[in-house]
Amino acid sequence: MAGYNMMRCGEFRTTYEKDTTIFPTPMSKKFALLGVLLCVVAPLQFGEFSLVSPTILTLMIQIGYLSIGALGLNILVGFTGQISLGHAAFFGFGAFASAWMNNDFSIPVFFSIPLAGVLTMAIGMLFGMPAARIKGLYLAIATLASQFILEDFFARADWFTGGSAGALANPFELFGFQLSGDRSYYYVVLFYMIAMYILAANLMRSRDGRAFVAVRDHYLSAEVMGINLTWYRVLSFGISSFYAGIAGALFAHYLQYVSVESFNLFLSIQFIGMIIIGGLGSVMGSLMGTAFMVLLPEVMQGAAGMITSTDWGNIPAITEGINFMKEMVIGLAIVLFLIFEPDGLAHRWRMIKAYWKLYPFSY
Amino acid sequence: MTGQTTPILEVDDISLRFGGVRALSNVSFNVNKGELFSIIGPNGAGKTSLLNCVSGRYSPQEGSIKFKGQEVTKMTPNHRAELGMGRTFQNLALFAHMSVLDNIMVGRHHLMKNNFLSGGIYWFGGAQKEELIHRREAEDIIDFLEISHIRKSVAGTLSYGLRKRVELARAVALRPDLILLDEPMAGMNLEEKEDMARYIVDLNEEWGMTVIMIEHDMGVVMDISERVMVLDFGKNIAEGLPHEIMSNDYVKRAYLGEEDDADENASDEVA
Repeated sequence: MAGYNMMRCGEFRTTYEKDTTIFPTPMSKKFALLGVLLCVVAPLQFGEFSLVSPTILTLMIQIGYLSIGALGLNILVGFTGQISLGHAAFFGFGAFASAWMNNDFSIPVFFSIPLAGVLTMAIGMLFGMPAARIKGLYLAIATLASQFILEDFFARADWFTGGSAGALANPFELFGFQLSGDRSYYYVVLFYMIAMYILAANLMRSRDGRAFVAVRDHYLSAEVMGINLTWYRVLSFGISSFYAGIAGALFAHYLQYVSVESFNLFLSIQFIGMIIIGGLGSVMGSLMGTAFMVLLPEVMQGAAGMITSTDWGNIPAITEGINFMKEMVIGLAIVLFLIFEPDGLAHRWRMIKAYWKLYPFSY
Repeated sequence: MTGQTTPILEVDDISLRFGGVRALSNVSFNVNKGELFSIIGPNGAGKTSLLNCVSGRYSPQEGSIKFKGQEVTKMTPNHRAELGMGRTFQNLALFAHMSVLDNIMVGRHHLMKNNFLSGGIYWFGGAQKEELIHRREAEDIIDFLEISHIRKSVAGTLSYGLRKRVELARAVALRPDLILLDEPMAGMNLEEKEDMARYIVDLNEEWGMTVIMIEHDMGVVMDISERVMVLDFGKNIAEGLPHEIMSNDYVKRAYLGEEDDADENASDEVA
């Protein structure tokens, strides 16, 4: 009968080791492995037949690198309780740094991506210094400054970014083989995504992760518990920027061209939107929120296409305004989310799991 | 512990001002190793300010504080925690969104070594091993304070009495030599107070922690303390054995409320 149970209603652990796993139940672990497996087989082609279309593959890659960036921001905002309006700038810095190291120092892309992460981490810690002293709205403004300083730097530092012309980034190379097509690059992004998510999940169940949450929940008592507030606040910026840097580098070698304009404040706000929708303080929520934010415009695009193909498509107000309406609906979706699902998609997912655990006897 | 009078904490002539308000004026006292030392006084007397000076949240404008013979007056709170000082707060200060277990594990912070690098590669850098060792320690504290049934509960959802107990557990997890308790029994019913008093005595006698406690319940204070200090208007007005304090006229007037004109007399003193 045991095989029948999708989810057991009681977990009886006999060792501390079993009590500290990433996945709370064997079922949730299997579920995650299944998800990974699906991601691995998704781009496979069988002759003429392929599981996902190139468009969807592009979206999956996009979700992949953006979700790494979102996870980084979630560590900073969701777990440590800081705020950053400059995340896109760090994302951009990672993109330029990887391209720069690859072009100017012929460091292979394989190494330049993690190195870009480390370099961005250093920059992030530098710009995170104000966090040691200020909080809340004041910190938001301070990080806004870092967004503009870095954007300006991108536009002026020709040696680093190629200035207004932008920088060319080489395709990913592994042992002399170029992995340039979407299909093979997808696996690079998938690898990084899984690795970064596992790192974050581990971080959150060990000493420094707990320290971050302690700083968020009650910084005064965190300090009395022996936590160095300054270090952890700055470190949180560092780790968040490390994630942003890796994500940016993956983005650069995917598009193979980095332009100065792509890393504006709007992207920073989008990152914040992703983690709010996904769930602040949830590792998997970062991925869910990113998927939501990437797919929502696509769905809206589809809906807009459907509207324009009906009779309404002839009304000038709609044909001209459809793009604005699309943006407005995205904004509306976020507002509705904040009202009805303030804890994010991750919370909704937990509720669904709790429901199934007791199904059909919910009392 | 008996007969020895090595001071673990030496507070020498400290004064603390907030603008024009004198929260503490020239307070001096010593706490000996292994002692259970209570601080009493009316509301606003400066008891919590004094504790904040000791734990490092405030730094006094004058005077010095020595902990284990080491000058700590200008030291940050987290550094003092590493030296072996733990405390609880008067208004609950738990990490509300963490589980009870994680709250206690935060207390182990300064005793652990794994960091964001070794923690990230959990299985390979020895982080897992260390986490499990400290988990065992945390479970000892959970057993001692009888909170095993709520170890996985989110701290913010617990009842007041239990939260107080979890906060004590978190401070104990630091394995401090000196533990500062700010009103550990405030707002508790009789049964909870008795439990808490038992824990405090056990911590002092079996775990060998020196305890400094602020408490309003005179019954408990007189029963379990070895020495008592009375603060009023930021001044140390009396210090001694419990029965000496109970019979001190000034204490009776200023704190125990023997006479009606107590407040007037006390304010004359300050003026």
